[in-house]
Amino acid sequence: MFKLDKFSVRLGFAALIVMTAHQALAQSGSAKFPGIGRTATPAEVAAWDIDVRPDFKGLPKGSGSVEKGQAIWEAKCASCHGTFGESNEIFTPIAGGTTKDDVKTGKVASLKDMKQPQRTTLMKVPTVSTLWDYIYRAMPWNAPRSLTPDDTYAVVAFILSLGEIVPDDFVLSDKNIAEVKMPNRNGMTTKHGFWNVKDKPDVNGSSCMHNCVPFVQIGSTLPDFARNAHNNIAEQNRMYGPYRGADTTKPPIKQLPGASGEGLAHAADTHSSAAKGPAALFKNENCSACHAPNAKLVGPSIADIAKKYDGQSGAVDKLMAKVKAGGAGVWGSIPMPPQAQLSDEDRKTLVTWILSGGK
Amino acid sequence: MTNKQIEISAQDIGAIEKPANQARLVKAPEHFISQELIADINANGLDENRRGFLRKGFMSALGGAAAGLTAPLAMAAGEGDPAILEKQEWQTTLGKNVATMPYGVPSIYESNLIRRESPGLTRVSAASVAFTPLQGLFGTITPNGLHFERHHQGWYNLNPETHRLMVNGLVKNPRVFTMNDLMRLPSVSRTHFIECGANTGLEWGNVAVPTVQYTHGMLSCCEFTGVPLKVLLEECGADLKKGKFMLAEGGDGSGMTRTINLESCLNDTIVAWAMNGEMLRPENGFPLRLVVPGVQGVSWVKWLRRLEVGDMPWNAKDEAVHYIELMPDGSHRQYASIQECKSVITTPSGGQQLLDKGFYNVSGMAWSGRGKITRVDVSFDGGNNWRTARLETPILTKSITRFNIDWVWDGSPAILQSRAMDDTGYIQPTIKKLRDVRGTRSIYHNNAIQSWKLDSNGEVSNVQVG
Repeated sequence: MFKLDKFSVRLGFAALIVMTAHQALAQSGSAKFPGIGRTATPAEVAAWDIDVRPDFKGLPKGSGSVEKGQAIWEAKCASCHGTFGESNEIFTPIAGGTTKDDVKTGKVASLKDMKQPQRTTLMKVPTVSTLWDYIYRAMPWNAPRSLTPDDTYAVVAFILSLGEIVPDDFVLSDKNIAEVKMPNRNGMTTKHGFWNVKDKPDVNGSSCMHNCVPFVQIGSTLPDFARNAHNNIAEQNRMYGPYRGADTTKPPIKQLPGASGEGLAHAADTHSSAAKGPAALFKNENCSACHAPNAKLVGPSIADIAKKYDGQSGAVDKLMAKVKAGGAGVWGSIPMPPQAQLSDEDRKTLVTWILSGGK
Repeated sequence: MTNKQIEISAQDIGAIEKPANQARLVKAPEHFISQELIADINANGLDENRRGFLRKGFMSALGGAAAGLTAPLAMAAGEGDPAILEKQEWQTTLGKNVATMPYGVPSIYESNLIRRESPGLTRVSAASVAFTPLQGLFGTITPNGLHFERHHQGWYNLNPETHRLMVNGLVKNPRVFTMNDLMRLPSVSRTHFIECGANTGLEWGNVAVPTVQYTHGMLSCCEFTGVPLKVLLEECGADLKKGKFMLAEGGDGSGMTRTINLESCLNDTIVAWAMNGEMLRPENGFPLRLVVPGVQGVSWVKWLRRLEVGDMPWNAKDEAVHYIELMPDGSHRQYASIQECKSVITTPSGGQQLLDKGFYNVSGMAWSGRGKITRVDVSFDGGNNWRTARLETPILTKSITRFNIDWVWDGSPAILQSRAMDDTGYIQPTIKKLRDVRGTRSIYHNNAIQSWKLDSNGEVSNVQVG
């Protein structure tokens, strides 16, 4: 009764193939958990298994020149990382701090002598595979997975040339990538007690209970100018219970307030929800990903925008149109994407707030 | 009666947005709402007077608290506390309906306790940190809405229907699981802390931030539910003899990748979908994240989409450029993963203000990435003399343990410290001991004893001793 001829079996297979993916792909749960999970197809594994290891397992074939890398860099990377990978505006710099001698020894000398104010990527990264893997999987910042393998070879080649690890006419490929000598390739150690739970710690404390440090000296305190740097601490604590927050908009109070908390703020004073108004809108709509109050990020600062349009009639309408449609050229070549999702009311709120300098 | 008549607007109830079809006045069971009011609303709809009546419970919170301020004066006059003598609005009017807030939110008086960023720490909000307000928490569990956030390329609401987990590498056959599949597997629920490797990292060189939210707030502790990693790997026929390492990969734009030590972590790692009884929050990896107890947070890969078993570490960006520790000799420690035993007093803590002398229950948190907390000592004189604190139960492995100690403050300046010990015999060290070995530039794994200075004006501040 259940015997099928070969034709029927073939028909069945054909039917299986045209069925929707989750029905068609073979269920292959084990005897332990029948019916759960299925075998991944080779195409699925290829689509997701893109990692590249230090031994270059997983590296796709391809190549790219420093020259091509520079062109991609200037178009897609320089806005955040600087033309020469030196930018410290948004992320820490990519290049700098390494020498020809480091390339020979494989250990970056400036990590020890502390002559470099900041560690760059090339001062740290021991393996070129790391650069390739990360750029291919996660860059550019706002459009990850948009570079081809050849683009990625080119960008890595350009970065290596910035560090004078390869010459300016170099073409990086899967054939020669293993020969690249990274300046900090010998700079890592795994001799520490933090990899395996059974490893021995490098530092241990004392269980002394009495007269342990007869002379207690305070070595560091928060400087007075930083008192309110994290905004008013009073608003970051309960306004009832045993502890309040100190009002850091003012100098420390002179004496204990007493049990009634006289002179301090109380629960009834602060019960409004925190995230409302234009500042919250600015953050929630992701404007703050590219615009900061005072510093230039990807886009101009709020202060700079307010300054530029100060006193101009029709500035609100002009900027509202710009926010809706997007634009480029006023502040540089990096385009601002259109923000069509905003309601007219929200756009007006945001633009008015920005033009007021974010007040 | 029509639906229109019984709808109550969000303003009336002070509630957040909620589905329109739930914003209704529904007859409560038993006699919770007076029959007169129901009849009145049914007959006449919700006019301004009736709205006002329903609103009273909300408004009265403000008036009642304000009345509390006059308490000391009234007490001085010998009459008693108006909070007792006078009838409060909430004693004399009808309260709000059930399911007024279909997903509950904290009291309006709790709005100060929220996740916050540290100004100047990171310049792009999509690759930043929001710290947990430890100064206001009790017990050991972090409420889901206050769990710290750290993203490398922003967060998403991933669609659970299209989310997949692939297991490949050194396995008999690479496999794919849907959420439907995973949530059918045998699950466990375990409470563990998660701490970013860079927690307290701002304080390696000197005091940098004012409160425990910013010094220690990249720390949370939840009950996580999911399938044990071992069950999943064995189901896929993983070669665990050859495969001592596993790559965990996230589905976000950064494609976060971390090498997991299978020798050390295989037995307690969980592929988790839930935290504290509900599905993971999107900021914390909904619908799937790795839970690697005792190991720094970056390895708890969020939006988990792939596990690859392998025979060597991957040297991913976040294990070869970041999350490496610069030592005084110019070398970097790589693959330093375990969060050492650590503790901090959360109340009172930096930036807090004591009102008066007298009795206080000094309380804090202790945790160890190597096991269970066995003892916590507290000092009130900058580490010269110590007393052993009470530990609350249960004491769980690789989880937060709450400690408390009685203290009568006499009003003179004090320096409060805590030091924890775990069941490996390890004792939390001073910042000086750590610096002697590791210098001040390592950023990560600062588990030093924290010092809080209490001045005679009752203000607590962050200091370092020695």
